[in-house]
Amino acid sequence: MTFSFLRTSFAAAAISLLTGHAAGAVDISGAGATFPFPIYAKWADAYKKETGNGLNYQSIGSGGGIKQIKAKTVTFGATDMPLEAAELAASGLVQFPTVIGGDVPVVNLNGIKPGELVLDGPALAKIFLGEITSWDDPAIKKLNPKAKLPSQAIVVVHRSDGSGTTFIWTNYLSKVSDDWKTKVGASTAVEWPTGIGAKGNEGVANNVTQTKGAIGYLEYAYVKQNNMTYVDLINKAGKAVAPSAESFQAAAASADWANAPGFYQILTDEPGPKSWPVSGATFILIPKVPGDPAAAAEALKFFSWAYEKGGAMAEDLAYVPLPQTLVALIKKNWAAEIKGADGKPLVN
Amino acid sequence: MAGPCVPPRLALGHGWFIHHIMLCGDNAVADNLAVDDITLERVESRLTHALAGFKLRDGLFHVLTLAAAWAVLILLGGVIASLVVGSVPAIKAFGVNFLTTESWNPVTEKFGAMAPVYGTIVTSLIAMAIAVPSALGIAIFLTELCPFALRKPIGIAIELLAGIPSIIYGIWGLFVLAPFLQEHVQPELIAAFANVPVLSKLFAGPPYGIGVLTAGIILAVMVLPIVTSISRDVFETVPAVLKEAAYAVGCTTWEVIRSVVIPYTRVGLIGGVMLGLGRALGETMAVTFVIGNAHRISPSLLAPGTTISATIANEFTEAVGDLYTSALILLGLILFVITFIILAISRYMLMRLHRQEGR
Repeated sequence: MTFSFLRTSFAAAAISLLTGHAAGAVDISGAGATFPFPIYAKWADAYKKETGNGLNYQSIGSGGGIKQIKAKTVTFGATDMPLEAAELAASGLVQFPTVIGGDVPVVNLNGIKPGELVLDGPALAKIFLGEITSWDDPAIKKLNPKAKLPSQAIVVVHRSDGSGTTFIWTNYLSKVSDDWKTKVGASTAVEWPTGIGAKGNEGVANNVTQTKGAIGYLEYAYVKQNNMTYVDLINKAGKAVAPSAESFQAAAASADWANAPGFYQILTDEPGPKSWPVSGATFILIPKVPGDPAAAAEALKFFSWAYEKGGAMAEDLAYVPLPQTLVALIKKNWAAEIKGADGKPLVN
Repeated sequence: MAGPCVPPRLALGHGWFIHHIMLCGDNAVADNLAVDDITLERVESRLTHALAGFKLRDGLFHVLTLAAAWAVLILLGGVIASLVVGSVPAIKAFGVNFLTTESWNPVTEKFGAMAPVYGTIVTSLIAMAIAVPSALGIAIFLTELCPFALRKPIGIAIELLAGIPSIIYGIWGLFVLAPFLQEHVQPELIAAFANVPVLSKLFAGPPYGIGVLTAGIILAVMVLPIVTSISRDVFETVPAVLKEAAYAVGCTTWEVIRSVVIPYTRVGLIGGVMLGLGRALGETMAVTFVIGNAHRISPSLLAPGTTISATIANEFTEAVGDLYTSALILLGLILFVITFIILAISRYMLMRLHRQEGR
């Protein structure tokens, strides 16, 4: 009995090993940004169940992802901060977005419920520069004539770890405030003029929740899952919008992807009455001429599958899938740019 | 019994023990031994054979342990070398100014180590200021005053403190200690010292809960077990006769501790304190959670700051660009040098203690 059980399980293992080889299973390895890790992991799991091909993604951070793909130790790299066209050309990489997310300001103020407070770009920049220090400042009162704002000190909470979330946030502040652009600038980590730093989204969320009068910024997914007190923002069109899948998608749709080499688009301060002003995509980097064409082709197959079938899974985790027009552009770009050693495109 | 069973030709230095066992293993053999030269030669050749085997194994063991010792040295050398190589771009770009610049700006790639070095030293000093007196108190109580039944449980409890992972201290600091300080302690401190010249600067600003002081307190809890257990161990080296003599001439317990125990163990105590300081300087996760991670030097202990290890832990994963990475590695090298100096001093102190004991 035991023996026959052992024998069958051994046979099953042998068969699965054999079929694995027969199907030409290639190990796809990727490394980089932490922000899209949950959705990549979920996609990889579903993809493995469907096709038997696995994906090993290590969320070591965008900086690490860029380094690894330049050294070609992985099949693809992932970054929240897109590389500019010149750098892509210099290092022979192709870049494309996978999902969209965004930053949402959150506050801790007595009597203020989610969506009750409205801020605009210049006011946010002044708060994060430390120039507006109290919640009853005229600049905030003007935007919120009905709200009862306390005379309370503003405590700014920002990320202490380098992060794509910070990149999108500071990129937005740079676009709406010249002062921010010249004094601080935009990057995954900056020299903050004021406030306290907390590690990760959970650290910022916790510090905001604990500190009366605090304001911080979080990834949309985190705000949605934890019912934080978010703030509505006034976008470029002058309309107040709430953070939602629709407003992120509106921002993505209004961007001019066709004329952005390497899909270099940071979806901040986008036009359109419904656009959420602090959105951003997360990106994949893959060599133009991969060292292991089979693995690269497999990776592209995976992302193609994700664009087609992964939308609902992304929405479950509060990421926003790409618009179909953009997916078509990306596939065209793959066919044109990613080639095997023989010069023929890896995918059509 | 031993006498007759050791033939003179075989009593060869430290091989004797083995001969003895082989020859005396059986009494009958031992009794018959005094005679046969041929038998003796046979035994002797077997012994030489066995001895060669032992020599080989001894040699092998020697090589193995030597290799292990060298491996550590090579590893250490490798760490130093890679730190130095990695920090070359930053050293070239900033030179000595790296140590005196407060700005840490990843956007313009202007980096300076002053804020993290300051934060590292200040949090460690706060930690030592709190931990050393309490640790000495605990150690004195355990060795001099505590009833025997309580010594074991208290000692084990202290050592358990050392076994708690630092991330747990960090979470506890963030969720329990920081809110408590923010609500109950920091507002009182700010109000109490508002009109005192120097202290009003030290305890100024809004009570964030997290900050340099909170980090110092967490560190104090973390180094307490190290300093306590070393102090307890060195207190136990005080010869009872010294203490008894002091009691005999009418000293109180306080006088015995102050004039006999502490002077006798002074050097060891300093060594223990230095080891604790070494841990405080390098502690990462717990500090990262509660220090506020701001690259600023503020006179107020309630303000957020940063330390070397917290900065590295925070920023290394997403550091884009060679100079940024290199600046972080240079920070690591600076911490390495600081820790090395502290550990060297503590080793030296402990060495002197052992020499004193020998006298």
